[in-house]
Amino acid sequence: MIGIPSTFRISLRALRVNKMRSALTMLGIIIGVGAVITMLAVGTGASERISAQMASIGSNLLIVVPGSSTSGGIRMGSGTLSTLTQDDAEAIARECPAVSDVAPMYNGTAQVVYGNQNWSTGIIGTTPGILPVRDWSLASGRVFTDQDVRNATKVCLLGQTVVDNLFGNADPVGQVVRIKKVPFTVIGVLEKKGQTDRGQDQDDTIFVPLTTAQKKLFGAPFAGLVRSITVKAKSADELEAAEGQITELLRQRHRIGPRQDLDFTVRNLTQMMQAREQSTQVMGLLLAAIASVSLLVGGIGIMNIMLVSVTERTREIGIRMSVGAKTWDIRLQFIIEALTLSLIGGVVGIILGISGSKIVTLLAGWATIVSPLSVLLAFGFSGLVGLFFGFYPAYKASMLNPIDALHYE
Amino acid sequence: MVLIETHHLTKIYELGDSTVHALNDVSLTVAHGEFLAIMGPSGSGKSTFMNVIGCLDVPTGGQYLLDGMDIGRRSRDELAELRNKKIGFVFQGFNLLPRTTALENVELPMLYDGCSPRERRERAMDALKAMGLQGREHHHPNQLSGGQQQRVAIARALVNRAPVILADEPTGNLDTRSSVEIMELVVKLNRESRITVILVTHEQDIAAFSRRIVKFRDGRVVSDEPVKQAE
Repeated sequence: MIGIPSTFRISLRALRVNKMRSALTMLGIIIGVGAVITMLAVGTGASERISAQMASIGSNLLIVVPGSSTSGGIRMGSGTLSTLTQDDAEAIARECPAVSDVAPMYNGTAQVVYGNQNWSTGIIGTTPGILPVRDWSLASGRVFTDQDVRNATKVCLLGQTVVDNLFGNADPVGQVVRIKKVPFTVIGVLEKKGQTDRGQDQDDTIFVPLTTAQKKLFGAPFAGLVRSITVKAKSADELEAAEGQITELLRQRHRIGPRQDLDFTVRNLTQMMQAREQSTQVMGLLLAAIASVSLLVGGIGIMNIMLVSVTERTREIGIRMSVGAKTWDIRLQFIIEALTLSLIGGVVGIILGISGSKIVTLLAGWATIVSPLSVLLAFGFSGLVGLFFGFYPAYKASMLNPIDALHYE
Repeated sequence: MVLIETHHLTKIYELGDSTVHALNDVSLTVAHGEFLAIMGPSGSGKSTFMNVIGCLDVPTGGQYLLDGMDIGRRSRDELAELRNKKIGFVFQGFNLLPRTTALENVELPMLYDGCSPRERRERAMDALKAMGLQGREHHHPNQLSGGQQQRVAIARALVNRAPVILADEPTGNLDTRSSVEIMELVVKLNRESRITVILVTHEQDIAAFSRRIVKFRDGRVVSDEPVKQAE
């Protein structure tokens, strides 16, 4: 048997003889591998981005919103009932063992003025629990306390976007801003958090004590009314337990019988995000699958060229057989030739795929991540393509009749 | 000592409805060191005979013994191995690999023999030197004259120390002067190195270099005579 290194040299020489043809054949594999890697990078990038957003919103979150009201047979949609109260939130914090933090919210939009600057932003009335719930921390200053909430103090925490628009580079802590003409002392600045998955700027917000928002800004119809309650479960495993406990507790507190409709809804944010992440991953894989079709087409190109090559070199095969080349000597020669084509194409394709991902990031602004696994996968796949599509031509070559091959013109 | 022995060799081809007896009951014995010329018109079966002797083809019937071994029912790979070890081919069209140096062409049989690269190189260099081709080792076939190409082919045939050279019209593509040169080389190999030579030709002048002439017609041996020496 002839050694692999010698066979490899023979293959390289054969490929060099037809440089243009070899390059064009490789191009099929190059494009295939490049496309697979780019598509996987786009897919991985997108799902990574969603996980990052998930982390920025806060993990293990449940949101309790009031149910829909019905007015003259017309149902008004979720959140239109005024059924949730601050007491509900406190009860959840007290009585649900799977819950770690609770933040009731009463929010609205208002004009904020500082000096000669003004800015319209979302005001969230809440409790100190909002920061652990949202996995958020302060860049400077301090958080308002339960005392502030009880006394409806006029203090506020500013998001970065609000700070940028009202203060520029100046330090806002200790300054007084006017929200709906009511003076508020800035006691802290929130850390920058970025956008949500729907492109909403989370930093364009102001936190004030819940009672302050209810009484002094948005005039709640009755004391203690909240628009939603955000709840953080102790861990991902306890999310469903927390959901059950909250539902049960509120059912009792609102005196809803077992057959009656609930007047609130508990939404599992994390589950929704995970579903989105999953669908993004599936999308990425789908793209890669489509791209791998081009790799398959590249493989067919290799087979096509190898068949031509075998026919062209029938006489060479005959000569090799006449001096003693065995079946596998010939077979290996052509398989390695196909493999060399596909693997060189694979390496160039990987380089192309990595640059392609960079270009996608540059042009479309999408995050792309080329994982080592996808590179390995694409390389291995291109090798398999070479083996698979090289085998038939190699088999055909090895089965030629030496006499016919020698006299082939 | 007997090198090649055939008993009632037949080779039948099916061509549509008709059957062609390319070889019809050929019994022939060739001893070690003989120089045999096979003559006959085209279609006489001499090429088929050479293919069978050269282990490129298997007979339909009869027996063929090469160096005492029965070549009847051998696999493709066994036949390849026999060609590698026992037989050196020299063809009319030289059959050298294009775009490949003379040296690498001569190394080819050793490539399929598991020789180390160094031994391959040394033996190929020696074989080319013996053919008077030193200095041309790195020439490609298209840079060599017909006579030189045929000498590369002979070097390739000899390099694995095959006991027999099968030459199929070796001078068919050569001018008279090169033909004589090649034939003198073959005679020298036969005389000095005791290499058995079986030559197919239809030229009387070329056959005259041999010492025994076998004539084929319609798949049969019709005459088998020693050559009368001129001197």
